[in-house]
Amino acid sequence: MTRSRPPPAGGDKRVRRVWSVYGGYALGFVSLFVIWHLAAVYFVGSVLFPPPVIVFRKGWVLARTGVLWEHLSASLQRILAGFLVGSALGMPIGLAMGSFRPVRRLLEPYTEFLRFIPSVAMITVAVIWFGIGEASKIFLIVYTTIFIVIINTAAGVSAIAPDKIRAAQSLGASRAQIFLHVALPATVPYILTGMRLAMANSFTTIVAAELIAANDGLGKLLWDGRMFMLVDDIFVSLVTLGLLGFSVDRLFRWSIYVFAGKYSPAT
Amino acid sequence: MSFRDVEKTYRSLQGVDYTAVEHFSLDIEAGEFFCLLGPSGCGKTTVLKLLAGFEAPTAGQILMDGRPVTGASRDRAVVFQGDDSLYGWLTAVENVEFGLRMRRVPRSERRERALRQLDLVGLTGQAQKYPAELSGGMKQRIQIARVLANEPTMLLMDEPFAALDAQTRALMQEELAGIWRATRTTVLFITHDIDEAVTLGQRIGVMRAGPAAQVKGVIEVTLNGARSRTDDVFLKYYRRVHDMIRDEVAAAAGRGR
Repeated sequence: MTRSRPPPAGGDKRVRRVWSVYGGYALGFVSLFVIWHLAAVYFVGSVLFPPPVIVFRKGWVLARTGVLWEHLSASLQRILAGFLVGSALGMPIGLAMGSFRPVRRLLEPYTEFLRFIPSVAMITVAVIWFGIGEASKIFLIVYTTIFIVIINTAAGVSAIAPDKIRAAQSLGASRAQIFLHVALPATVPYILTGMRLAMANSFTTIVAAELIAANDGLGKLLWDGRMFMLVDDIFVSLVTLGLLGFSVDRLFRWSIYVFAGKYSPAT
Repeated sequence: MSFRDVEKTYRSLQGVDYTAVEHFSLDIEAGEFFCLLGPSGCGKTTVLKLLAGFEAPTAGQILMDGRPVTGASRDRAVVFQGDDSLYGWLTAVENVEFGLRMRRVPRSERRERALRQLDLVGLTGQAQKYPAELSGGMKQRIQIARVLANEPTMLLMDEPFAALDAQTRALMQEELAGIWRATRTTVLFITHDIDEAVTLGQRIGVMRAGPAAQVKGVIEVTLNGARSRTDDVFLKYYRRVHDMIRDEVAAAAGRGR
């Protein structure tokens, strides 16, 4: 009896929504690989542009021998460490810059000067200062993260509607309370946006840094592929970067939705 | 509450001075509902900002219970025109208890008081919703509940219903009048709408067109009980206020051109 009963309408709608989201993604990815395959096999037809089947087979081999995981986890660890340190430093600096004009005037020369020096250009300095070990990579990720988080946080503070502050004042809040209970929560969406942008930049930076000076990491896999003419390896690294970036960004968006959905005006 | 010869001059980014109000004097009695009416750009909001303590006067004095106003304080609660002042990350009830939370009123007590205020403004059952989930009228009700929960000596309202549709506005005016009759909190209500002023006010102060605006005259409205827009007496007051403000509206419009 119960088995034959159709599912309730609400569940049905949810299933359909899940399908439209994930089905859409799946279809998008499949079409991407189909076009890639067609382009590689029928238009280019060269060993320099392997079709997806060969790349995935090679990826499977590298994954089974553990080589891929080694490179992937090396890159990911560097990104996470630098990203967390950069965000943790950027947030209070951005809040201070947004809240106090003297602090802004004092620190703006730093942020406005340094943010135009790309982190890729800082690789040379980083290697000279910190060697080719972890320290130089983490320094570069911190460098690439911190300014975006600072600028977004400061912009978030200055974007707070004056009436929010005034309302708190006439409700009897002290300066410290206004900062803690109004300015800080009002800025959360901006901080998270800054962090998401910073995460995307971290991928660029880490690959560039590993291309030039590293013993492992996805950039190193890329560089070795060029050195030894292992075109398949190059493509494995590229696809891994794409998938990794996509997953990390989804994860970020999901955690924003779960933990900070109420801070975002859209939800 | 009294304004004594108050002046407020703003300096624009180009360095040009603009005097919004000059020699502005006004007394508001404790417990009265005072409407300040004026054409757009006449400095009504400036008057409210000065009294709220958000801005300091360039000259003159503002006294509250005999003491000069030096800054924002919880004895002068403000209901703002838009919904910018609500905290989007807090639920309706959390918005209402904000002032109590800042004063460290125990959790259960402040929750109870906030819920009572929400009932009073007709938001029973909406306590756990976020402002973004509520209509414009409901958001203004949260603002009103939020200031009432804080038990201010005076309510300052800056065209709180201006952005609402006509039906909601009329309903909110009726409810506000009811709340005022129940609490007898002093109210300074700013509006550009004659109808609204005659509906709500015990006294109506008509402002001159800016710059350097003052109160042109004060009309006492002796309508008892519920006010009906179709009553002859209502219309008589409407006409009196209208006659007083007509020239000022024309002046404001002429200046704008």
